[in-house]
Amino acid sequence: MIDPGKAVKQSAEKPAPPVAAAPKLFAGVIFGLVFGFLLQKGGVGKYNVLVGQLLLQDFTVAKVMLTAIVVGMVGIFALHHFAKVNLHIKPTRIGSNIIGGLLFGAGFALIGYCPGTAAAALGQGSWDALFGMAGLVAGSWIFAEFSASLKKTVEKWGDLGKMLLPDLLHVPRGVFVVGFAVALTALLLLLQRFTTR
Amino acid sequence: MNARANTHTVGRLIPKRAVYLIGSLALLPMRAAVAAEPGVNALNYPGPAWSPYVVGAGIGVLSWLTFYFSDSPIGASSFYAQVSGFIGKLFAKRHTESLAYFKDNPPCVDWEFVFVVATIAGGSIAAVTGGEFANEWLPPMWVARFGDSIALRAVIAFGGGILMAFGARLAGGCTSGHGISGTLQLNVASWIAVVCFFIGGIAVAMTLFKL
Repeated sequence: MIDPGKAVKQSAEKPAPPVAAAPKLFAGVIFGLVFGFLLQKGGVGKYNVLVGQLLLQDFTVAKVMLTAIVVGMVGIFALHHFAKVNLHIKPTRIGSNIIGGLLFGAGFALIGYCPGTAAAALGQGSWDALFGMAGLVAGSWIFAEFSASLKKTVEKWGDLGKMLLPDLLHVPRGVFVVGFAVALTALLLLLQRFTTR
Repeated sequence: MNARANTHTVGRLIPKRAVYLIGSLALLPMRAAVAAEPGVNALNYPGPAWSPYVVGAGIGVLSWLTFYFSDSPIGASSFYAQVSGFIGKLFAKRHTESLAYFKDNPPCVDWEFVFVVATIAGGSIAAVTGGEFANEWLPPMWVARFGDSIALRAVIAFGGGILMAFGARLAGGCTSGHGISGTLQLNVASWIAVVCFFIGGIAVAMTLFKL
C-alpha cells in the first residue's frame, strides 16, 4: 500500500537507539517549552477550563483546537504540496478509534486534564496533575499487557489503513483544505458569537 | 451582550417539546449554563490569560515548525508509555520486552519524550511570568463539587488517568496527537477519535457535575 503522506526524506526503518540524537532532542526541548507556554497562556492547563468545555460552559478548548487545526492544516498541506514536509498519518481503525476514544473521553472528564495539558498544569503548580500523570503511566502499562490480544481483535475491526478525509470523500486535497478552512472558520465565528468564553 | 442573561428568557419562551424536537445540541450550552449552580459553573473561575485564537494560531504555527525541523507531529500520550516501559524494564526486563506494544515501540528517550518534559517547564515559565502560579493540590471547582479531600481527588484522577492512557493507546493518540496533529492532517482516524473523546468526556462530566 502506498503511504499517502510521504513526500520527502524516506525515513529508513532501523532499530531505534535508546536515546535519540542530540540536535533532534534539542529541537524537542525548544518546541516543548513553546508548547507548554502556549497551553498555560491559553488557560487549557486549568481544571475549570477543561472540565468547563466538557460541561459545555467554557468553549476555550474548542476555540484553541479549531484555530490550531485551521492554521496548522493550511500550512502543513502547503508545505507538503511543495515537498517540504512529510505527513504523519496514523492508520484508521474504526473499532479501536471509537472504543479508545470513548474511554479516553471518560478518563478526560475524571482527571480534568489531558496528557499534554497535564504536563502544562503540573508546570503551573496544579499538583493534582501528578495523580493523573501517574494514572497515565499505569494505564499505558495495562494497555501494553493486553496489546498482543488487542492487536488480534479490536484493532482489526474496521481497519481502513492510512486514510485522509479528502481521499475518503474523493475530493482533491487542495479543494478540501480550502473548503474545510472556510467551514471551520465559520464555526469559530459562530462560537465567538454565541459563547461567553 | 451577556449571552447567559438571555438564556433565562429563551428557556421560557420555547416550549419544552420544541426544545427536545430541535435536537438540543445547539441548545445544550445554554441549558447547561442555566442549570449550573455558581460552584459548578466553570465561568466563575479564572479563564485564559491570552486569547484562545492567538494561542491556537501559535500552536498551528508550532506544528509547521515541528513537521519541518523535526519531522514529528506534536503529541504527548506516548511519553507516558515510554515512562511505563522504562519502569517496567527496571523491575521486569524480560517480561516488558516480551509485550507486543513494547516490541513495536521500544522505550526510548526520543523527541516526544523531551518535548513533554519541556512542556512542563514551558507551563511553569508562562505561569510564573504571568503571575498565575497555582501552587494548589485541589482545583477550586473540584472542591466546590466534591469537597476538600485530596485522597478522593487522587483516586479519581489516577483512575481517570488509567482509562485515558488505555484509550489513547487503543485510539492511537490523545488530544494532541489526534486532536491537533491528526485532525489538521485531515486523518479520518483522528476525526473519529476526537469526536469520541468529546462524546465520552461530555457524558461523564455531565454525570459528575449535573446529577
